[in-house]
Amino acid sequence: MAQVKGKKAGFGAVLWDYLTTVDHKKIAILYLIAGGFFFALGGIEAMLIRAQLAIPNNDFLSAGLFNEVITMHGTTMIFLAAMPLLFAFMNAVVPLQIGARDVAFPFLNSLGVWLFIFGGIFLNLSWFLGGAPDAGWTSYASLSIASPGHGIDFYAVGLQIAGAGTLISGINFATTIITMRAPGMTYMRMPLFTWTTLVAAILIVFAFPPLTIGVFLMIFDRMFGSNFFIVEAGGNTIIWEHLFWIFGHPEVYILILPAFGMFSEIFSVFSRKRLFGYSAMVFATVLIGFFGFMVWAHHMFTVGLGPTANAIFALATMAIAVPTGIKIFNWIATIWGGSIEFTTPMLYALAFIPSFVMGGVTGIMQAAAPADYQYHDSYFIVAHFHYVIVGGVVFALLAGLHFYWPIMTGTMLSEKLGKLEMVIFFIGFHCTFLIQHWLGLWGMPRRVFTYLDGQGYNAANMISSIGAALMAVAVIILLINIIKTLVKNEKVGRDPWGDGRTLEWSLPIPAPYYNFAQTPLIRGIDVLALEKEEGDGTIPSAGPVEPIHMPNNSFIPFMISLGLFIAGFGALYFASGKPWAIDAVADLPVRPWALYVLIAGLAITFISMGVRSWKDDLGYYITKEELEADLRELEARERGAN
Amino acid sequence: MAEMRYNVPNDQWPVHPEKATLEGRNKFVGFWTFLAGETVLFASLFATYLALKDQVPSQDHLVAAELYHLELAFVMTMFLLTSSLTSVFAVYHMRNNNFGKMQLWLGITVLLGAGFLALEIYEFVEYVSIGHTFRSSAFGSAFYFLIGTHGFHVIVGLIWITLLIIRNANRGLSVYTAAKVNTASLYWHFIDVVWVFIFTIVYLLGVL
Repeated sequence: MAQVKGKKAGFGAVLWDYLTTVDHKKIAILYLIAGGFFFALGGIEAMLIRAQLAIPNNDFLSAGLFNEVITMHGTTMIFLAAMPLLFAFMNAVVPLQIGARDVAFPFLNSLGVWLFIFGGIFLNLSWFLGGAPDAGWTSYASLSIASPGHGIDFYAVGLQIAGAGTLISGINFATTIITMRAPGMTYMRMPLFTWTTLVAAILIVFAFPPLTIGVFLMIFDRMFGSNFFIVEAGGNTIIWEHLFWIFGHPEVYILILPAFGMFSEIFSVFSRKRLFGYSAMVFATVLIGFFGFMVWAHHMFTVGLGPTANAIFALATMAIAVPTGIKIFNWIATIWGGSIEFTTPMLYALAFIPSFVMGGVTGIMQAAAPADYQYHDSYFIVAHFHYVIVGGVVFALLAGLHFYWPIMTGTMLSEKLGKLEMVIFFIGFHCTFLIQHWLGLWGMPRRVFTYLDGQGYNAANMISSIGAALMAVAVIILLINIIKTLVKNEKVGRDPWGDGRTLEWSLPIPAPYYNFAQTPLIRGIDVLALEKEEGDGTIPSAGPVEPIHMPNNSFIPFMISLGLFIAGFGALYFASGKPWAIDAVADLPVRPWALYVLIAGLAITFISMGVRSWKDDLGYYITKEELEADLRELEARERGAN
Repeated sequence: MAEMRYNVPNDQWPVHPEKATLEGRNKFVGFWTFLAGETVLFASLFATYLALKDQVPSQDHLVAAELYHLELAFVMTMFLLTSSLTSVFAVYHMRNNNFGKMQLWLGITVLLGAGFLALEIYEFVEYVSIGHTFRSSAFGSAFYFLIGTHGFHVIVGLIWITLLIIRNANRGLSVYTAAKVNTASLYWHFIDVVWVFIFTIVYLLGVL
């Protein structure tokens, strides 16, 4: 099991390595590339939306195409960009933060990323195979059952495949953080990013199954002739809304909590201070996760659940402001009196506080159920959720990208370009979405493909579109920065920011594939900062150099995911032209091969799973001699660098 | 080298062989986490079923009270509950390092599970023959989806345990195979617990 080390490997070997890898650091790269690709795709869709809405009575996009673009923008950004990019940072950082050699289930980690990639490709193939889904990212059943063609089917099957990957990753991270912590890394010494990852992982475990069921109901209704949402046969479309939002609301916390975690790290590092109120931060994180499951019906105030239900959900929603407020004040108190360094990540973190608070405040406005009847389905809502998702999650992703770039690639992004990107993105963001609050209050409904002249919407929409273009410019600057940095390829050493406080910054860069040659001993919170203050900044070891058990690479995760991808096409075309099918697909040509494709795909998946269970996968050992040789080489390299 | 770590000598057989290795402990925690997710999955199914119970397009469609027979559901329950007990015996013998008896009780578990599955198939065929199908009404869809998802779990469990019996036949017991058997047994118990809820919420509430 020799690792490719030092010498240059051929393209084929590298490709095969990434297709079969179970190393969390390489899987992080896969998540980053795939998530970054989908982020660009979702961004292009956003530009199309703003181009269409820039002027009244525009015919840049047709009404139908506009619906497809907004649906794919939302779906892509949430499921295929934001979550995978967060997974990229979790994979790259969390095992290093807790002193683990890998995640608890390296095989499942690989399965998770391939399911996500195949699900994302499946969803986006809709553009080339008869039209994308067009019922909004929420895909309410009353719309989606009536949507002609196979667009919605791509949404349902694609999300099912990608969602399975997310669920698996959630289980993996929850288990990793519970069982794989190094000696001394107690729960209350875990860095905040690890804590928020743990809570987000548990939220995934409880929130994704309702989505799975909801999407199955949709799949069965559209592809196999069932009647869950067919009102004439006794069905009920509100079931979808409940299941979707029981998933959908925790989902926004799944996104924002790791973002909070990253900002907590960044504030602490660049204020050169311990995080203020650590235990209150942990408590608030858990509380937000807990409340997250009790508020889903605030998305459904206008459905008509009755005043009692609305009142309960309104109160529960407002209660979430309390732990979130605790966090905001703790961040401010962390900065307070700190020795602040204005790096790119820190600038994003500083910009995040006011931006996110604005999104939070409009959230509380909507939590008041009677007032929500006014805001519902207007641009006010669009403004609100972009303030929390972009001002919170995307800021965190961009900050995290700059912050953790050295750990992931061994190089440092240009700070000059980074700051330029941050300033332009910040201005563009507020320019795009601030004005949309007023657009909403003036009565512009969301999801309309155009508006008439002379209603007072023209200037505001133009301002919003200009802002969107600015954000695109910022992202292009980021891309230039990335390309320049990768081409220059100037390697950095340990602790490149100079103020790293947690365990991941104590490792050499790039970290060896086994992460820690000796299991570290954790003596307190912010362990690296502690060891810097009390000693020479080296982390003590919990034991001698011992052989390390490592998992084998495997191609099976790719095969399992490929099987579901193939089966997806069988399911998708199964109902085409069948007499029992819903009206939306009953007129399409019959595909007699669909059933066989479905069976063949599922067979590939289940046989691959059987093979996995059948074979002994005992892994391999890195010997003590190899480890000692590595350590000597590292020591020589670092002495040479100084 | 790896081989040696997993095959523990008889006199050093741990009390909890399934948790003797780091991989085993991970499997244990991870699988419980997975079952937490499965619980929510079935909760969503139960909620869907209750919302669509007896929701049929017209009065000539069959509803719950006319369909269910508690006698059949009772026999099915006995099959499945007993199979859960036999899987406990299998794990008991696994902890005592008694490979032969473990295999035997796993085999009995599979037979009882297969008996349950046969009765379920019989029930479905009966219902379909009198016009209660997956496509006949929203009630039908919800019924078959809930019971069918449980039945699918039973099928997966049966194949899984059968594969384990065959694959372990030549390998014998080690802390590596013990973790696999224990995980399958946890899964089988979970299927059983879900059935208890199905019996109460679907069949008992259906005929009351």
